[in-house]
Amino acid sequence: MKISHSIRSLAVATAAMALIGASNAQEVYIPLVSKGFQHQFWQAVKSGADQAAKDLKVKVTFEGPETEAMVDKQIDMLNAALAKKPQALGFAALDSKAATPLLKRAQAAKIPVVAFDSGVDSDIPVTTATTDNIAAAGLAADKMAALIGNEGEVAVVVHDQTSRTGIDRRDGFVNRIKAKYPKIKVVSVQYGGGDHLKSTEITKSILLANPKLKGMFGANEGSAIGVLNGAKEMKRKIVIIGYDSGKQQKAAVASGEMAGAITQNPVGIGYKTVEAAVKALKGEKLPKIIDTGFYYYDKNNMNDPKIAAVLYD
Amino acid sequence: MFDTLYARLFNSATRQKLLAFASLMALMIFFSLASPNFMQTDNMVAILQATAVNGILAIACTFVIITSGIDLSVGTLMTFCAVMTGVVCTMLGMPVYVGILAALISGAFMGWVSGMVTAKLKVPPFIATLGMMMLLKGLSLVISGTKPIYFSDTPGFDLIAQGSLIGYFAPSVPIPNSVLILFLLALAASGILNRTVLGRYTFALGSNEEALRLSGVNVDFWKVSIYTLAGAICGIAGLVIASRLNSAQPALGQGYELDAIAAVVIGGTSLAGGRGTILGTIIGAFIMSVLTNGLRILNVAQEWQTVLTGAIIILAVYADILRRRKA
Repeated sequence: MKISHSIRSLAVATAAMALIGASNAQEVYIPLVSKGFQHQFWQAVKSGADQAAKDLKVKVTFEGPETEAMVDKQIDMLNAALAKKPQALGFAALDSKAATPLLKRAQAAKIPVVAFDSGVDSDIPVTTATTDNIAAAGLAADKMAALIGNEGEVAVVVHDQTSRTGIDRRDGFVNRIKAKYPKIKVVSVQYGGGDHLKSTEITKSILLANPKLKGMFGANEGSAIGVLNGAKEMKRKIVIIGYDSGKQQKAAVASGEMAGAITQNPVGIGYKTVEAAVKALKGEKLPKIIDTGFYYYDKNNMNDPKIAAVLYD
Repeated sequence: MFDTLYARLFNSATRQKLLAFASLMALMIFFSLASPNFMQTDNMVAILQATAVNGILAIACTFVIITSGIDLSVGTLMTFCAVMTGVVCTMLGMPVYVGILAALISGAFMGWVSGMVTAKLKVPPFIATLGMMMLLKGLSLVISGTKPIYFSDTPGFDLIAQGSLIGYFAPSVPIPNSVLILFLLALAASGILNRTVLGRYTFALGSNEEALRLSGVNVDFWKVSIYTLAGAICGIAGLVIASRLNSAQPALGQGYELDAIAAVVIGGTSLAGGRGTILGTIIGAFIMSVLTNGLRILNVAQEWQTVLTGAIIILAVYADILRRRKA
């Protein structure tokens, strides 16, 4: 019967893959469970982790849910990761509280947990490899102020107000403006979920409500693209500062449509997470935060080798 | 005598369930042989836990699909009910059982709305529930203020899904309550489907709605009732997921309807309506979660996991179509 043939060949193919997967039982195995998977940012983190795996001769896997709202799917992934009896674990929590019981299990099994990116709101991880988002957003604020002559109205489009990155980038920008630039007013802070379309609509509303607005800050790739599109559709010339890179944002910075953007070091985040896990297994003491670095780039410096290396498509 | 016994044991419906069950067993045997990590208690519990929510949503969908309708709003309705429970327990400070009632009532109410739009306004179920899906997604975000609602100040709430009544009596079998809820619900749903008037009319609506209407049955009333029941079941799903995460996550839920429908279809229920079983749906839900979990345990790259799951869904439905043609 045709069907049993197809099912049988499918089973053989999976068995082959399984053998390949199961053959390295002796190697140190470190699964990374991330907040997302298909966005280029996460793929850049994955490439850093894969590079570290090659350099340090350990086995690494990388997975994350399709959207950052799928908290329960991430818990399922964490469950499966623990079932594979890893030596260490890398984790970026979508919701720290939901993950705590599983992290406690890892701790009980003496599996060191290395948090990365947003980290985990808990003292179970031995360290967190992340960008200092508050300082990075503060730098964006400084650049924005310089570009609008230290006075005027600005607005911010953030991806969310629940994750560490959302909160830190918003506060970093807003607080810096408040502290250092009394003549600049942040007239609006809105949340677009990192969705391009939503952020575009939000930007258009902000521009309509504030005809004298001079600049806008998009706190992640999706938000920044939304700000760009919104300003273009409204035909308004404002100073736009973005975050992260991606093909569209890079092109906008290169052409000058976007004044500049903050880039993290996603490859560094992946690399340092695996590196920290290996160090933890050797018993080395680790700092509470491993700062993986950030830069401000605009069309003048984006081709410098140091900057270009951390920009991804 | 043996002829009739043989005929009864191996009639089409039983064969359908046996085929699905056999596939599930084959998958489990395969993964157990491929990796020693698969067949551990912790992993089995993880699979059960991962199936609970999808299984409950799939049970809700089974009823609607048998009537030859479809319910695309089950995912966001689940989230909406979770948010309502959150509001009742945290912002209004009500005890847990009031929260449970809130979930069931909001689910039933929104299901009723879907049913009314489908039956009275004559909007096709696909469109009606698509609209409800978006409406409920937005309402969840509006009511929650786009922030998760945490149940940390509502003691005992997490026990609904994460506690283990079975484990209390038999410590070596730490099956979480979410799974117990799934099985009890499956039993109840099966009873409703096979032994009540509502169940009979569910099949009748799917087989020949016109004939039912012409024989004087109040078709609209029964349609609305079925959607209301499906909505209430989504309320239970909302309780389970909220309890599992100890929070109501308002952005979650969209997309979960496809997993639920996939489980129903793998389990042998036809999208054309008129036939289906709860047992088939449960087996379908388990086939999906065993497959996902097993592929993860085998370190199959994430990109390939969904390729394989999709392929299996298509093969499963095709196998069912072939079998039906022979029967």
